[in-house]
Amino acid sequence: MSKIKKTFASYDAAPENTSHIDLKAQYDLFINGKFVKPQSKQYYDTINPATEKKIASIAKGNEKDIDVAVKSANKAFESWSKTEPKERAKYIYRIARMIQERAREFAVIETMNGGKPIRESRDIDIPLAANHFFYYAGWADKLDYAFPNRKPKPVGVVGQIIPWNFPLLMAAWKLAPALATGNTVVLKPAESTPLTALKLAEIIQESGLPDGVVQIVTGFGDAGAALVNHPLVNKIAFTGSTEVGKYIQKAVAGSNKKVTLELGGKAANIIFDDAPIDQALEGIVNGIFFNQGHVCCAGSRLFVQENIADKVIQKLKDRMKTLIIGDPMDKNTDIGAINSKEQLLKINNYIKIGLAEGAEMYQTNCALPSQGYFCKPTLFLHTAQSHRIVQEEIFGPVLTIQTFRTIEEVIEKANNIPYGLSAGVWTDKGSKIFNLTTKLRAGVVWANTYNKFDPTSPFGGYQESGFGREGGVHGLLPYVHF
Amino acid sequence: MEILKTYKLFIGGAFPRTESGRYYKLENKQKQVIANMCLSSRKDFRNAVVAARKAVEGWSGRAAFNRGQILYRIAEILEGRKAQFVAELLLQGSTKSSAEKEVRLAIDRCVYYSGWCDKYQQLFGSVNPVATSHFNFSVPEPTGVVCVIADENTSLLGLISAILPIIVGGNTCVVLASESKPLCSITFAEVLATSDLAAGVVNILTGTSKELHTHFASHMDVNAIIYCRENAAEIKAIAELSSMNVKRSFVWNKDWFKAENENPYLIMDVQEIKTTWHPIENIGVSGAKY
Repeated sequence: MSKIKKTFASYDAAPENTSHIDLKAQYDLFINGKFVKPQSKQYYDTINPATEKKIASIAKGNEKDIDVAVKSANKAFESWSKTEPKERAKYIYRIARMIQERAREFAVIETMNGGKPIRESRDIDIPLAANHFFYYAGWADKLDYAFPNRKPKPVGVVGQIIPWNFPLLMAAWKLAPALATGNTVVLKPAESTPLTALKLAEIIQESGLPDGVVQIVTGFGDAGAALVNHPLVNKIAFTGSTEVGKYIQKAVAGSNKKVTLELGGKAANIIFDDAPIDQALEGIVNGIFFNQGHVCCAGSRLFVQENIADKVIQKLKDRMKTLIIGDPMDKNTDIGAINSKEQLLKINNYIKIGLAEGAEMYQTNCALPSQGYFCKPTLFLHTAQSHRIVQEEIFGPVLTIQTFRTIEEVIEKANNIPYGLSAGVWTDKGSKIFNLTTKLRAGVVWANTYNKFDPTSPFGGYQESGFGREGGVHGLLPYVHF
Repeated sequence: MEILKTYKLFIGGAFPRTESGRYYKLENKQKQVIANMCLSSRKDFRNAVVAARKAVEGWSGRAAFNRGQILYRIAEILEGRKAQFVAELLLQGSTKSSAEKEVRLAIDRCVYYSGWCDKYQQLFGSVNPVATSHFNFSVPEPTGVVCVIADENTSLLGLISAILPIIVGGNTCVVLASESKPLCSITFAEVLATSDLAAGVVNILTGTSKELHTHFASHMDVNAIIYCRENAAEIKAIAELSSMNVKRSFVWNKDWFKAENENPYLIMDVQEIKTTWHPIENIGVSGAKY
C-alpha cells in the first residue's frame, strides 16, 4: 500500500505540448464568411482559468452585429436550403475531417480556455465534435427516410446559444444537424470560452461553406437576447441554465419561433447492494468529477442502498485521495480548473450553504495550485431531500449522498426534483434495471455506466431540464418542419 | 313530460357539479335554454389535475395492447350511442348531415388511434449504433399530465381528436370543452366512464377559456398544454406562463374534419424520448460481443 502511495506521489509532470497551436492576439466576429470587427469596436479578454492569464482579445458583439449576422443568414438561406442535399453533406463531411486533422490543436486550446483536463478534451470533446459533424453529414441526403410519411423542410434561420462547459462539442451538437437539414445559423458561444468556436469558424471558412451559412458572434448576454428576439430568426436552440431557458421560452411566446432547450440537471446516481461495487465506484467518480462537475447531466445526487453505504463511502473517500487536481494541460490530471472566477464563487457558496444546512462535508487534503480557479472534490454526507445542495444544480465537483432501503423509496426521491435530464443505476440484476429505467423521469439513463455520449444517441431532458433532443435521428426534428 | 339531463363535470371518474356553484346558460338558436352548464372554477381545475396526476402511473403502466383495446371499446360504446350524439349536435345547431358526419368521424378516429397504441413506439423509437461497447436504445414515454383547451367550433370531434393522441401514449389529461357547444363533452364522459378507462385518465370541464387559460398554463404540476383555438392573446399568454415550469406548449388549431389531422405526430408532441445505455461485455480478440 505504501509503495502504491509513493508511486502516486511521485508522478512526474507530463504537460501536453502547446508549441503547435496557432492563436491570434485578437479575434473578430465571423459574419457572412469573413472576420469583421464588432460595431462597438470593443473587445474583452478571454483568459486561461488555470493561470488567470489573458489568452486573446475577443470581439464584443452586440445587437447591431447580431442584426447583420441574422440578415446574412437569412440571405444565405435561400440558396443553401436549395443546395442539393448530397452537396450539403460534402461540406459537413469536410468540416468533420478538418476537425479530425487539427484535433490536437483544438484539444489544447479547449483546455487552455476552459480549464478541463487535456485528457478529456483530447479523448472526448474533440473526437465527439468531429464525429457529430460526420454523423449528421450523412443525414443530409436521407431526410425523407427520417420522418415517416412526411417531407421535411428546413425551418430557416436558426439562432444557437451554447454554454461554456463543452465549447466545441456544443457548437458541433448545434451546427451539424442544423446544416444537414438545410438551415443557416447564427451561433453565439459562451463569453468565457469562445476560442474553439472561433477556430471552428476558421475551418468553416477554409472548408468553402458558402458565405452566410454560419455566423459566429461572440459577446455577452445582450447579444444572446438580441438573437432570441430577432424577428428574422425562425428557431432558437439553447443549452444552458434553466433560468435562462425559462427567459427564452417566455421571450419567444406568441412568435411562432421553434425552440429547443437543454437546461440544468440534478441527476440521481443509484447504487444497489447487488451492484459491481468497484465499477460503480468509477461510475460515481466519473459521474460527478468529469469536467470538474461542469456537466448538466452530472451524477450529483448519489443514492446508496443503506446496507452497503459505509463500505461504498469509505471506498469513495479512498478513491478520491488518488485523484490528481491541478494543471489541466498535464496528461495525468483528473480534475482541472473551474471554468471561471464567477463559477468558483458560486460553487464555494453552495459549499457554505451545505455546511449551514448541517450536512457533513468531506474533502481530501490535496494541495491546490496557488494560481487559477480550483476546487477540491467534495462530498456531503447526511443530506436530506429538502437541502438546497440536494435540490439545486451546483455545476461543480460537489456530490451529495443519501441512503435508501427500497426501490420504491429511491424512485420517489430520485424523481422528486423539477429537473429530469439524466440518471444512473447500478445493479447486476437486469429486471431491476428495466424497472428503474422505466420509472426514472429522465431523458438519459445510464445503467452500469455513466456520462457516455455518442452522435447517434439522443440527449435531452424531461420537465425543467428542457425539451427537444440532440443526437441521433431524433436530433433532426427540431430543425425541420413539415 | 320529457326528463332533461343535468350536465355536470367529469373529474376522477365521477360527475361532480362545480365546487363554485356557478353556471352559464346554454341557449339554442331560438334563444330557448337547453341546459345550465357548470362554469368551472380554478379549484375545479386543480382538483382535476390531482385526479389526472394520480392516474398517470396506472395508465402509463398498462400494456400498450391493453390501452389499444380500451380505446377500441370507446369506439364501440360511441357507436351504440350514436343517435344521442347526433341529437345533441342538432340541439346545438348542426345540420343533420353534418351532425352524422361528425359522429361518424369521431368513432372512426377512436378506431384509428386505438391501433396506434402499440405501434408508434416502433416507428419513433430506435436502437442507436453507438461507437463504444454499449447497447443503447431510445423509446418514447408519456410526458405526464396534459391540459387541453379544446376546439370551440365542434362539440364532439375536436374534443375527441385532441384527447385521443394524448391518451394513446399513456398520458392523462384535463380538457376544457367548447364553451358554446359543450353538450357532447359530458355525454362523451359517460361513454368514457363505461369504457374500462380508469378514473382520472380523462377529466372534462365546462366553462370559459377566458377565465381558465392562465390557470391551465401556470399550474406547476402540468407537463404540457395544448390549445386548439385561435385567440392570439391567449396563445401568447399560455406560451409565456408555460415557461414557469418549462411546460411543453402546443397550438393545435386545426380543421378536425380533415383526415390529415389524425396522425402519429400529434401523439409524439406529448411524448419524451428516453435513451438508455448499458455496457456490452467484450469477449475474444476479434471484439465479438454477446
